[in-house]
Amino acid sequence: MLAFSLVSGFALSAFVIVLAFLFQNTAVGASVMQRFGVSLVNYTLLNLPQVLMDGLTLGFVYAAIALGYTMVYGVLEFINFAHSEIFAIGAFVGVEVLIALAAYGLIGGQNSLLSAYLWLLVALLAGMLVAGTMAVLVERIAYRPLRGAPRLVPLISAIGVSFFLQDAIRLIESVTTGQFHRIIPAFGNFDNRIPLFTVAGNTVDIQIKSLIVIVAAIIMLVGLNYLVNATKVGKAIRAVAQDRATASLMGIDVNRIISMTFLIGGTLGGAAGVLYALKFTRIDPFVGFFPGLKAFTAAVLGGIGNLTGALLGGIVLGLLETFAGTYMSIFTMGVAGAEYKDIFAFGILILVLIFRPQGLMGENVAQKA
Amino acid sequence: MSKRLMFVVAVLVVASLVLAACGGQQATTIKIATQSPLSGGQSSLGVDIKNGAQLALEQLSGPLTEMGFKVELAPYDDQANPDTGVANAKQIVSDPAILCGVGHLNSGVMIPSSEEYHNAGLAFVSPANTNPKVTDRGYLEVNRIVGRDDVQGVVGAEYANSIGVKSVFIIHDKTAYGQGVAEFFKKRAEELGMTVAGFEGTEEKANFDPIITSILAANVDMVYFGGIYDQAGVLFKQAREKGFMGTFMGPDGMDSSTLAEIAGEALVQGGGMVYSSVSGPASVYPGTAKFISDFKAKFNAEPQPFAAQAYDAMAICLKAIENAAKANGNKIPTRQQVAQAIRELKDFPGITGTYTFNNIGDITSAKYFVIKVVSADKTKWGENEVIQTLDIAPPSK
Repeated sequence: MLAFSLVSGFALSAFVIVLAFLFQNTAVGASVMQRFGVSLVNYTLLNLPQVLMDGLTLGFVYAAIALGYTMVYGVLEFINFAHSEIFAIGAFVGVEVLIALAAYGLIGGQNSLLSAYLWLLVALLAGMLVAGTMAVLVERIAYRPLRGAPRLVPLISAIGVSFFLQDAIRLIESVTTGQFHRIIPAFGNFDNRIPLFTVAGNTVDIQIKSLIVIVAAIIMLVGLNYLVNATKVGKAIRAVAQDRATASLMGIDVNRIISMTFLIGGTLGGAAGVLYALKFTRIDPFVGFFPGLKAFTAAVLGGIGNLTGALLGGIVLGLLETFAGTYMSIFTMGVAGAEYKDIFAFGILILVLIFRPQGLMGENVAQKA
Repeated sequence: MSKRLMFVVAVLVVASLVLAACGGQQATTIKIATQSPLSGGQSSLGVDIKNGAQLALEQLSGPLTEMGFKVELAPYDDQANPDTGVANAKQIVSDPAILCGVGHLNSGVMIPSSEEYHNAGLAFVSPANTNPKVTDRGYLEVNRIVGRDDVQGVVGAEYANSIGVKSVFIIHDKTAYGQGVAEFFKKRAEELGMTVAGFEGTEEKANFDPIITSILAANVDMVYFGGIYDQAGVLFKQAREKGFMGTFMGPDGMDSSTLAEIAGEALVQGGGMVYSSVSGPASVYPGTAKFISDFKAKFNAEPQPFAAQAYDAMAICLKAIENAAKANGNKIPTRQQVAQAIRELKDFPGITGTYTFNNIGDITSAKYFVIKVVSADKTKWGENEVIQTLDIAPPSK
């Protein structure tokens, strides 16, 4: 897995470096020389470490959300499009908790660093709890009654739930706070940067909050892998995923296990939401939409239903997007800038669906009858 | 259908008939619409446009009430979204009681919506739209009481030049307003000999890492953001966190305490943050002291920028309707007459200035400000320091 992220990082780096050499002596190189006073190759190389770092962090954010998609798909073979709103609910609960804590003077200002981390954990747990509960409720109300229906029906129901939850957050936030975006209060030392290494006088650094995102995503993946592969509940989940009818004959309460799956998926989504808010500061009720779409792309890219695949897909997507965002305007001389970076994310989705529908890590299993 | 349901339906039908009959009796109601974002990321400015207009309606509708009219506010929420604005505009023009309107906040919403107003002959007075195209189409119905971006962008670039900025990275939000003002800034900056190291449009609201990498690589003195505070705040914060120590600058879309709430210390670190504006803090207008205290008493909050302009826009609507009604023998004037009456106002005394409109609906002389953010505390936004005040006439065609 580590090897794979290294390889994709190297591949993308090599690609832009080759491009840089190719365009060095053309108008592109000249425009960079004129604007930044360095040659195109140097410009590309100087930015590269930071771009890799940023891309990796963004990748872990996508991965954290993608785990929820892939978890539910693995069991029900159904894309839970409401997951992006579960994610947004987690973000809102976490931020509201932190805002309340700041109002009571428990975080920020003179409070100790340790307390900042503890309260962040509290906000994280609150977001996870509410998001997990919401996910179970959504399954109970919107999906379970449709379980026998054709596959398209729960999918449409999911999209409906997604709109409903979006506007529910919008309504609640505008009624209670008068505005519907929320801003995470400044506290702790999460904004500080840790220098990692220096290349040619350029220090590459990572923010503490990015580090928290990465560590949390890895913990989530490892924990989930343990849960699914090494516990009794996990065994039951795998049994339900393989064959629902036989699993129930073996004495497994299928409804309970499916609720459990949604609880786990929702909890992870909630945690991802709080981490997203921590990293990007500002949230609004539609905050889940784009990260949700990209995380879904990441899940498909990695092989939907495959937990490690979700992480890999997220990293590839994050790297690709950051590379495109940084270098596109350079190589096109400002014609197509960072605004077009999403083309790559969704272009990849289309290519994967055409040439390798099972994804990078997915096994080519026959469709269940 | 069960009996009980039938009963409920019957009651509703009867009730709606009774209500409709009541409505029909008040033939002398005049409505004045407002359109601004009442929900969404830009609502802190949009709601106060509505509130400012509402305050003016309550305080200044006396003459019309004495003439026997009932004056009402009809607030609409455009969500800062052109589609919603146009849909609302269709509703507004189809209500014959609406004779005048105040709005919008966003030029990108005002431009398509005002096509509807123009077709229906309904006059609108804008308290905030600065894009040149708003008035350059020459519609009789479209007026504004603030300056223009082709001047504002130039004012910004000239200020940047005066503080010794040599290179600038320009980012905009791809809206008519943001991109428009950014282009005027860019043009003037290049004329003044500054290096424009980048010109990027983005709708991104969360992750600015790729753009910031380019900004840092270009090693510029200034980042100019053509757009609105909710996006700019996140960009500024992330850019500071990654080590950009130059100056941030933006147009009047930066002027909201929410910017300080999002970006915090990033606004005062390094080269700090300045913005050009067509609306100074309320304290620069001598006539606004009473407005501020009335506003606080009624809405329990400091007025955001453009609230005072919305008050004046409403006052202009009311005065024009009054004049048109008098000319029409104290009967309800037509929309056409109201639109004419607005253009005929001479030196109308508002709280933010004295207004006379030219033949395309611009005011004959507009104020432009350059303002520096002095504190990361959002409650001190009103104390921002006015560095420059300029009175400039709109560019002649």
